[in-house]
Amino acid sequence: MSEDIKRFMYINRRAPHGTIYAWESLEVVLIGAAFDQDVSLAFFDDGVYQLLKSQDTSGIETKNFSPTYSALGDYDVTKLYVEQESLEERGLTLDDLMDLKWEDEDDDWAEKDSIRLVSRAELKEVLEQQDIVFSF
Amino acid sequence: MKFSIQVNEGPYQHQATDSAYQFTKAALENGHEIYRVFFYHDGVNNGTKLTTPPQDDRNVVNRWSELAKEHDLDMVVCVAAAQRRGIVDEGEMQRNGKDAENIAEGFRISGLGQLIEAGVQSDRLVVFGD
Repeated sequence: MSEDIKRFMYINRRAPHGTIYAWESLEVVLIGAAFDQDVSLAFFDDGVYQLLKSQDTSGIETKNFSPTYSALGDYDVTKLYVEQESLEERGLTLDDLMDLKWEDEDDDWAEKDSIRLVSRAELKEVLEQQDIVFSF
Repeated sequence: MKFSIQVNEGPYQHQATDSAYQFTKAALENGHEIYRVFFYHDGVNNGTKLTTPPQDDRNVVNRWSELAKEHDLDMVVCVAAAQRRGIVDEGEMQRNGKDAENIAEGFRISGLGQLIEAGVQSDRLVVFGD
């Protein structure tokens, strides 16, 4: 890894709606993807709700931006860490989340899972490896 | 050390901007460099010159402007967040067909790339908010 590449981590701890943090976090991720840095996202606490499948915001008249997460793979944003405990505390499993994939050009464009289920302890290790941590 | 600062909350509603200001000031007084202060989310409301707090309270906006003038600070307001919240400079006024601008002295409106670049260029990016 080149010296001028930093490890960027975007922490998402809030529900997708109720406040604008989740949506504006995603905007930073999309812009940041153009900078060729090493990018990871972490979802814990209510942030895991951001990745729920079949979101429908028509009842609250706000923009449903959840389809944007599916595009992250095309931006080379391929590491989405989801904390197991946060899912369990909310009665959720991996099956409740969107099936997010990315294509690995170094592996004959094989489709791979973007979501990496990690324990709280494992996530701590991941966070400790980062250079820049954005918290939303 | 070279710091960049991110301010994610609006003035008066939340102490984050006060803490960010105090941190920035202290860092400068202690000989550190502030590469950039970036205002995001409701933090963009730190950049409106229309703010008029009661006279016996601190003026959060003017305080930033004075610090910027004194130390030649680069204070950037995110354009996407600013457009949503009505923070407008001359260029944005013309581009979006508005009849007023309200950007405070020392602030400039630019893109999120400035935040990422600040992260790349600085030794530490310090985020103020919840």
